[in-house]
Amino acid sequence: MTAAREPADPAAKVIPIESAPSWSGPEPRPALADRLADGVGAALSGQLGATATRLLGKGWEQRAAGGLGFLRRRLTGDYEVDDFGFDRELTEEVFLAMLRPLAEKYFRIDVRGTEHIPADGGVLIVANHSGTIPLDALMTQVAVHDHADRHLRMLAADLVFVLPVVNELARKAGHTLACNEDAQTLLERGEVVGVWPEGFKGIGKPFADRYKLQRFGRGGFVASALRAGVPIVPCSIVGAEETYPMIGNFKTLARLLGLPYVPITPTFPWLGPLGAIPLPTKWTIQFGEPIPTDSYPKDAADDPMLVFNLTDQVRETIQHTLYKLLVQRRSVFG
Amino acid sequence: MGKVVLVTGVAHWLGARFAGQIAGQPGVDRVVGVDAGPPPAALPFGVEYAQVDLRRPAIARVIAEHEVDTVVHLHVTSLGHGGRALVKETNVIGTMQLLGACQKAPGVRRLVVKSTTAVYGSAPRDPAVFGERMQPKALPAGGFARDAAEVEGYVRGFARRRPDVAVTVLRFANILGAHGDTPLTAYFRLPLLPTALGHDPRLQFVHEDDALEVLRLAALDAPSGTYNVAGDGVLLLSQCARRLGRPTVPLLRPALGVVGRLARQLTAPADRAFSQEQLQLLTHGRVVDTALLRGTFGYTPRWSTSEAFADFAAHVKPGPLPPARLTAVTDRLTDLLADHRPTEPEELRPR
Repeated sequence: MTAAREPADPAAKVIPIESAPSWSGPEPRPALADRLADGVGAALSGQLGATATRLLGKGWEQRAAGGLGFLRRRLTGDYEVDDFGFDRELTEEVFLAMLRPLAEKYFRIDVRGTEHIPADGGVLIVANHSGTIPLDALMTQVAVHDHADRHLRMLAADLVFVLPVVNELARKAGHTLACNEDAQTLLERGEVVGVWPEGFKGIGKPFADRYKLQRFGRGGFVASALRAGVPIVPCSIVGAEETYPMIGNFKTLARLLGLPYVPITPTFPWLGPLGAIPLPTKWTIQFGEPIPTDSYPKDAADDPMLVFNLTDQVRETIQHTLYKLLVQRRSVFG
Repeated sequence: MGKVVLVTGVAHWLGARFAGQIAGQPGVDRVVGVDAGPPPAALPFGVEYAQVDLRRPAIARVIAEHEVDTVVHLHVTSLGHGGRALVKETNVIGTMQLLGACQKAPGVRRLVVKSTTAVYGSAPRDPAVFGERMQPKALPAGGFARDAAEVEGYVRGFARRRPDVAVTVLRFANILGAHGDTPLTAYFRLPLLPTALGHDPRLQFVHEDDALEVLRLAALDAPSGTYNVAGDGVLLLSQCARRLGRPTVPLLRPALGVVGRLARQLTAPADRAFSQEQLQLLTHGRVVDTALLRGTFGYTPRWSTSEAFADFAAHVKPGPLPPARLTAVTDRLTDLLADHRPTEPEELRPR
């Protein structure tokens, strides 16, 4: 307890020049802090405390104390991030807490097959991409954390790391650049890595092409999984396609802004910021059976035929699961 | 017969301390320190001094005269007197002269060159963690990073021409500690830290004791090669600022560039704190992989990044918001909550 300083002994008032109060000296603040503390203490034990208990429910002090601890660690920089900039505490306490209502209440996500995500060790989750804004990736992160108790480390487009603010948030939430080096490092460290290999082709496709998987890049993700010898879990996401039905694309504006596309949806840009609200569709996230890669020889990642075959296998699995889930679906908003 | 070690850049604290340490090693007969100016006052015991401007061929005479077999080239720095042009000339031309002299000296068996992780650059489209074998997407645009990249190029050429010489290139992350006198320490000593709005770069540090120890091992008998040298873990710039108790001033990246240009007109140390490549570092950050250092080279840094930073923080004047004071305030508030609650005090426990 550093704040509960003894009141200064009157005899100790003579201050030698060497230790005269300076900016670094603790003298001026505790007095103020003490006064403040006494005031707050008095208020809490009086009427205010009772009111707070009535308003905030029992045990609010404990929650407030937890919040203060969090605040202290944040203010003093006393927390850890990993080499990729992943801030576990911030992700759990803030990012996931903010996204969770969206996942549970708004999209009412039905998460299936989480038993296919191993409790530890590296695994590569490959999913279909849709919905104009990568909400599907963020929702998968919530699902993996809440249902499998793992942190999903996403491989994101380089655009994410060029934009200010977005790059900072993405790094802190555990995402990194979609490149072979990063993917392999994370997989070898035993992380759950998520990749959306369709990229902008998938997320920015017209509404008419919904649930039709686009090309799966060059299969770099399969090579990374092969090198690390980790299983690939195909993941099919239904519902995200209809959140922002993209009926058009401002191609000229997109080229001007250096963006891959600028969407036109039934509500955007006509309703202004209101148009940015996603439609409340009902989602299903289905994790499929893992495809093992550890049975292949060491240099399998350098065999393009094998990489292409595995890529196709993953793509087919996701596409078939999507069709199966769509047949089962009663309504887009149900 | 023991080793004869030539150390360049002994006027700088790192060179001086390294020369002093290596002079006391068993198996080392002589240590010759080289720098451009008159003998530094703090030249350690047991180190002979030769005043040689590295940009002149005179260095060849020193190597021949003392029968040098180990050359430790530390005179590759971002600092120096006489402006950027002179520093660049010393870094690049100096290295070329030194390597030329080594090539002509059959007695040279070992070459250690101090480089920097800045050779990887700092860009948003780079991998998050750099390994030694990754090639930067583009050569650094200028400044010390460019010098170091060019120096490494010449060293690779030398290694091809003299395969009998064990060549070790050490890419140091930012060196921190009690002595620290680098552009980054100049930055961290500012009362307010201007940062790039919307960016929180990952930084990595190596403690000066670890840097000296790695240099010592490299000069004696460690396996040759190129190694990243950095402490465990990373710190974000925001964490560094808070641990120093210095408030940050987030500025839009172009505005930060303007501040940097203005600051470069000022006097030391503010002019050093905002070099072009440092602004890049403070925007995009840089992290390197040190598996080779631990494995092949055989050294595990004793100080982690955050420990090295804590040691540095202990040696600078704390900022206006020292962490201890903030902790005192929040702890006091936590206590009040505990006082206020008469029952179940055992439940209150910081998570």
